[in-house]
Amino acid sequence: MALLQINNMSHRFGGLCALNNFGVTLEPGDFMGLIGPNGAGKTTVFNLVSGFYQPSDGEILYKGKTLAGLKPHKVTSLGIARTFQNIRLWKDMSVLDNIRIAQHHNLGYSLLDSFMRTKRYINCEKQIKKNSIDILEALDLIKYADDLPDNLPYGIQRRVEIARALSLKPDLLMLDEPAAGLSSADVQDLITLIKWIHKEFNITIWMIEHQMVVVMSLCSIIKVIDFGATIAQGTPEQIQKNPEVIKAYLGDEAI
Amino acid sequence: MKKNSVPILLTALLALLTGLAYFEIIDLYIQSVIMFIGINIILASSLNIVNGYMGEFSCGHAAFMAVGAYTASIINVALFTNDKVFGPAVLSSELALYCFPFVLIISGLVAAVAGLMIAIPSFKTRGDYLAIITIAANFIVTSTIINISSIGGARGFMGMKKIVFAMEDVVDLPWMLVWVCLSTFTCIWIIRRFVSSTYGKGIIAINNDEIAAEMMGVNTNRMKLVAFMLSSGLAGVAGALFAHILGYINPGSFGILKSTECLVMVYLGGMGSLSGSVIAAIVFTLLIEGLRFIIPAIDSGLHMIAVLPDSYHLSQVWKWVIIPLVLVLLMQFKPEGIMGNRELSDIFPRLKKFYKFK
Repeated sequence: MALLQINNMSHRFGGLCALNNFGVTLEPGDFMGLIGPNGAGKTTVFNLVSGFYQPSDGEILYKGKTLAGLKPHKVTSLGIARTFQNIRLWKDMSVLDNIRIAQHHNLGYSLLDSFMRTKRYINCEKQIKKNSIDILEALDLIKYADDLPDNLPYGIQRRVEIARALSLKPDLLMLDEPAAGLSSADVQDLITLIKWIHKEFNITIWMIEHQMVVVMSLCSIIKVIDFGATIAQGTPEQIQKNPEVIKAYLGDEAI
Repeated sequence: MKKNSVPILLTALLALLTGLAYFEIIDLYIQSVIMFIGINIILASSLNIVNGYMGEFSCGHAAFMAVGAYTASIINVALFTNDKVFGPAVLSSELALYCFPFVLIISGLVAAVAGLMIAIPSFKTRGDYLAIITIAANFIVTSTIINISSIGGARGFMGMKKIVFAMEDVVDLPWMLVWVCLSTFTCIWIIRRFVSSTYGKGIIAINNDEIAAEMMGVNTNRMKLVAFMLSSGLAGVAGALFAHILGYINPGSFGILKSTECLVMVYLGGMGSLSGSVIAAIVFTLLIEGLRFIIPAIDSGLHMIAVLPDSYHLSQVWKWVIIPLVLVLLMQFKPEGIMGNRELSDIFPRLKKFYKFK
């Protein structure tokens, strides 16, 4: 069974059709790229899958079950985690706390436990802290655990955001432009990191990215959209040669 | 020692205050100032959950205080005293003492349910618009009470002094002082535990970035519900204590001015700082009470150097010029409040050696 299957999904903002008849199938272990010019509707796809918007039309099936009507936190608890185009870490909390809060959907204790500091509370908090430290250690971020995100370099903030998404223990990780704003040295690190995550955590990754070096070196399948419509899908080599894609990116005269 | 230093200190404080009051070393006026400090600490720190930690702007805190005050007063007066409206006492007045904590809890719960009035709109509304809803909630509550004539309407409700006397008849202690101290300690302890748990930190995540919080698995609607209900419930407990200290309540004392006082204390102390709220509540109450003596002193001083005409005297109304002025100056020179969003142990790290508070 496909991990994520989207059939005929459309989304309209008033009169603007942001996404038209979008369909995709992700099998477990896939690494898919989603590219397209600015305003093509890529982030809209992610927002629809994560439940931030509800599609005007069509259906999203995750592990065979529909996601229609589910709130974002519910979708997240099913195993779909994402990062954001502009970093959205919680700035008043340390890196460790940022990771800890991301396990909020699966705390295992109630409000009263937190007042009374019951055994259950202590055990659950211990487990949460252990999970968080494990993730930070795995991503080589443990030395920043007590820092505030704003005080960290941009590249590290990106890593922390990926760590936060991973701490949700997702089956599907959606990365929204992870390389945006990074220096070329940082981009190389990021490619290594994402490749390692894909293998180590054995998860499916779906990535929006503008930097072709990232897309071409990571993705096994690439889907290209423009003005809300799918224009191509294939391996990196096929996409690079596809005239439709070149037209969308460079205009008619380029051909 | 480190683990128990805070409970020991608080118990000692409680014993000291009770002793001083019992042997009448401190008079009734000082006692009432201490009790108002306690109530203001509860009000400020509970409002801090919503306005500080969660970053919403609630300016109807007095409404929940009113709900708590009326609930506790009605329960106590109806159960333990002979009253014109509620008839003869249902239970022996000796039980009032033992039932008082439960009455406090019930009034807190009722106020928490009243908190739904702003918790549910907060799912869809944020910022200024929610602030307007909270003001509306304040007016809804006071107007409702004004229009229920069986509980006195605008004239107010009394009879709570009898309960206090009944409690003192059973065991001769300054009971209200004891209840206020215990409630204040419990309130601080509850809030501290709430905001330091991973569960409670969800509201700080909402404050920083609500969309990211929702996407990262925080059930934002439920967290808002919890925060608003906890905040209004604690305000209800404060109201219940307030009613029994004064022995008389009327809807006018829970108006927008009272809500503003709560806001002033939160912003004075610093948003998202529990110790800030405590310090601000103490400073603010002492300032209000101190001005009772300072204003006449200034008045006579100004007359002595013949600045003011003989026919004019500075009245207590000047309090409401001086206190807002303090707030204006504070916002100008230290906009984050006394403590910012730090706690006492962040400013004085050495204190961590002596206590562990959670």
